[in-house]
Amino acid sequence: MAARDQHGSEAPGDQGFRVVGKENRKVDGLAKATGEAIYTDDIMLPGMLHAKMLRSPHAHARVLSVDTSKAEALEGVVGVLVGAELPIRYGVIPWTPDENALATDKVRFIGDEVAAVAAVDEDTALEALDLIEVEYEILEAILDPQKALVTPEPAIHEGRKRRDNISKHVDLEFGDVDAQLEGADIVLEEDYSFHSTTHAPMEPHCAVAQPNSNGRLTLWSSTQITHYVHRALSRVLELDPARIRVIQPCLGGGFGGKSDPFSLEFVVAKLALKTGRPVKMLWTREEVFYAHRGRHPMQMHYRTTAKKDGTITSVDAKLLIDGGSYSSFGLVTTYYSGQLLTGPYNFPNYRFDSTRVFTNKPPNGPKRGHGSVQPRFAFEVQLDEIANRLGIDPIEIRRRNFIGADTETVNGQRISSNGFMQCLDEVEDASDWKARHGKLPHGRGLGVAGSMYISGTNYPVYPNKMPQAGVQLKIDRSGLVTVFTGGNDIGQGSNSMVAYLVAEELGLLPTSIHVVSADTDLCPVDLGAYSSRVTFMVGNAAIDGARKLRKQIIEAVAKHWEVEARDVRLMDGTVIDLSEAARSMTHVEAFHLAEELFDTLGSTGAYNTPELGGDYRGGTIGASPAYSFTAHAAEVEVDTETGRITVLKVWAAHDCGRALNPIIVRGQIEGSTYMGAAEVVLENHDLNRFGLHSGPSLLDYRIPTSLDAPDLEARIVESIDPEGPYGAKEAGEGPLHSTIPAIANAVFDAVGIRLRHLPFTPAKVLKALRELEEQN
Amino acid sequence: MRVFRLQVNGDTVEVAAPEHWTLLEVLRYKIGLTGSKQGCDKGDCGACTVLLDGVPTLACLSLAATVETSAITTIEGLLPAHRANGGEGADPVQDAFDRCGALQCGFCQPGMILSAKALLAKNPNPTSQEIKQSLSGNLCRCTGYTQIYEAVVLAAKGEQV
Repeated sequence: MAARDQHGSEAPGDQGFRVVGKENRKVDGLAKATGEAIYTDDIMLPGMLHAKMLRSPHAHARVLSVDTSKAEALEGVVGVLVGAELPIRYGVIPWTPDENALATDKVRFIGDEVAAVAAVDEDTALEALDLIEVEYEILEAILDPQKALVTPEPAIHEGRKRRDNISKHVDLEFGDVDAQLEGADIVLEEDYSFHSTTHAPMEPHCAVAQPNSNGRLTLWSSTQITHYVHRALSRVLELDPARIRVIQPCLGGGFGGKSDPFSLEFVVAKLALKTGRPVKMLWTREEVFYAHRGRHPMQMHYRTTAKKDGTITSVDAKLLIDGGSYSSFGLVTTYYSGQLLTGPYNFPNYRFDSTRVFTNKPPNGPKRGHGSVQPRFAFEVQLDEIANRLGIDPIEIRRRNFIGADTETVNGQRISSNGFMQCLDEVEDASDWKARHGKLPHGRGLGVAGSMYISGTNYPVYPNKMPQAGVQLKIDRSGLVTVFTGGNDIGQGSNSMVAYLVAEELGLLPTSIHVVSADTDLCPVDLGAYSSRVTFMVGNAAIDGARKLRKQIIEAVAKHWEVEARDVRLMDGTVIDLSEAARSMTHVEAFHLAEELFDTLGSTGAYNTPELGGDYRGGTIGASPAYSFTAHAAEVEVDTETGRITVLKVWAAHDCGRALNPIIVRGQIEGSTYMGAAEVVLENHDLNRFGLHSGPSLLDYRIPTSLDAPDLEARIVESIDPEGPYGAKEAGEGPLHSTIPAIANAVFDAVGIRLRHLPFTPAKVLKALRELEEQN
Repeated sequence: MRVFRLQVNGDTVEVAAPEHWTLLEVLRYKIGLTGSKQGCDKGDCGACTVLLDGVPTLACLSLAATVETSAITTIEGLLPAHRANGGEGADPVQDAFDRCGALQCGFCQPGMILSAKALLAKNPNPTSQEIKQSLSGNLCRCTGYTQIYEAVVLAAKGEQV
């Protein structure tokens, strides 16, 4: 049975923390710095073929025929694949499998996959793609989500229960929202919109498949979620999952963009089985832009009522979500768009009505702060406007509405630790808010915003009662402890986190821990790197597993020394007898004693969330064992001549519970903040009227260079969580949320304009300035 | 196909590859030095940066045929060169990047570290603006750059643990 106990937030011994909270090196830092680390495209196998994908030039079309005969005849082509050979549909959410690895009936966006070729080299594969003849019947492309909402025909997905282009609709009300209109001191109602942005990880997607002579198949893939790829491969290939091994090598960034199973994984696997040779596919940067799964564009309408003192009495939201061409995580996105807004402020009454529609665009999915970054932008701008109208300081209005710790939100989410007030204090102090907000020269301004985010969710993607995170530990006679975890280290440092926790628990240095991760043959299942779940869930599982070994080691040493177990201290690789201070042994000797007593040493550890969430349909989606909290202050400069906004500095305070390694936490806060700032002023995953990407390159899609990034100052707030691993919560996604509205609110402070529609281009700034001038 | 004779990390390497291949392709897929990364293959991201006679150069835009007379340094060359000079551990710049948390996903870092290495070789005490300027051809999507600047400053100080 999986252990589901909680471990408490304090150090395992009475000597305080020896590893946790310290600025330790990462377990893989030097391997990455020296070029030793192996990423998927670094894998080269003997006889390996190179595969390329043929993609649709049409945004919406029926595929009438695919003729690959000429391609197959080309010298050097070894295998060709079409949709009919992989007819089984998949999708990361089991209820909405609507993707095929290669088109079987229709293509639904420019870039949708149609056929694939494996050849002796990439050049030959590319040449062969030109020889494939596809006959399309072009259909009307629906690119505007408003149009998708009211246009059932042509249905982008046919054969569903719903005969329209609505992907998911959620309508939930808590309390009585409309009743608050009467008697409200202020009612504010506005439209907001969030544009399309993408992850742009530096490593393009890549997968390598190797057929094994014993009938097994190995797939290396740049995925954030090995376990779901494993399940999806088994389903689509109709192959026993026990015959498939999925390995995630070093991953060059994900941010949510590598969370879905992707067509290339199925295609290389099938081509490998078909040809009997290893097959690799590496997507070009342009293909990565079309693979997308980026942040959902949202059109949002918010109405908030409040009392004179700024107390919120109700929030009413109506959201239209552009899903793009497939479901992806859309069911969850639609819930998250409403469910995750109910803190850090108390909403006594709340309603949201969210509709996700299909359009003929690259599919949208989870990007850092899945589903909740967009509503957070809208609401924090609205709250700021309420503060302004009521003459209340923007930080003060946020304090007045603070929901508190150890409480429950209006939609039934349990809030445990909550350091939001300290986050506000930190940014108020760091930005010199009191002396500068509202007092800077025209063109310069300060803005603030707050937010919260989940540390994982108690809703596993497919319903089951097994642990959400599992680890296995093995102790070697050399003194090395190997930890096997299904967790995906995507650069966020989860393998290092596991090493720190096991080292802390066993009284070792982190260098005595070796972490093997994300290999389905070797590692217990973990649900992967998404929803900011890894530190909380894998961390708790690691402590659980290590604690069992700790007990055995202490017992063995106590028996050997003939002392009480409480007199045995494990610390920094040494075992000390507290009853007679002169006596000690190395951890290696202690391991030997334990192995003599208990036989071969090993353990398992597991974590599952407690039962959480409201008692209604969807009540568990967004219910998290702990929430992180964030407040940001941003300083901007607005050039009133050119309309250009420069984000000068962002102070980012984030409550991550106990910071297991402050350097890594700071890296997550700064990385989130810079990414959010870029979404406001630089990045736009824009499609033209045909559905063609306006600039699918890292030159045109402007992720910030070192010269564009704002100055960042991270402040770590540690509200020790009662259930987190040593009190830790998430840090990877929460800190992005506040950045965007803080910048919007700073623009208001700078020049008096309320920008409600992202991105904030110079044209929008100039238009708003002109309108303001006309009003005055 | 033609034979390229390249000077890589102090070794002379002869390797046969298609004539139109870039230095990045030859390094990665023929010589097996996969530390140089391909992020875009069109000169936008800087992940493929190598040093040609000490100058940061985009390997994805350099034909292998044009660099046969240059001394090529890839990320794999730093540690052995450091050891050959009697150093311990990793190269001080690599070490500083590790200590400062500059390595998240790590994909951009071989290029970033080589750009930093070239900067420090000609300017041992760069200002923060000079650091930003010198690294502006290397995109990083993880860090927000702050910890990278800190690493360069730390490396400039020459402290090692």
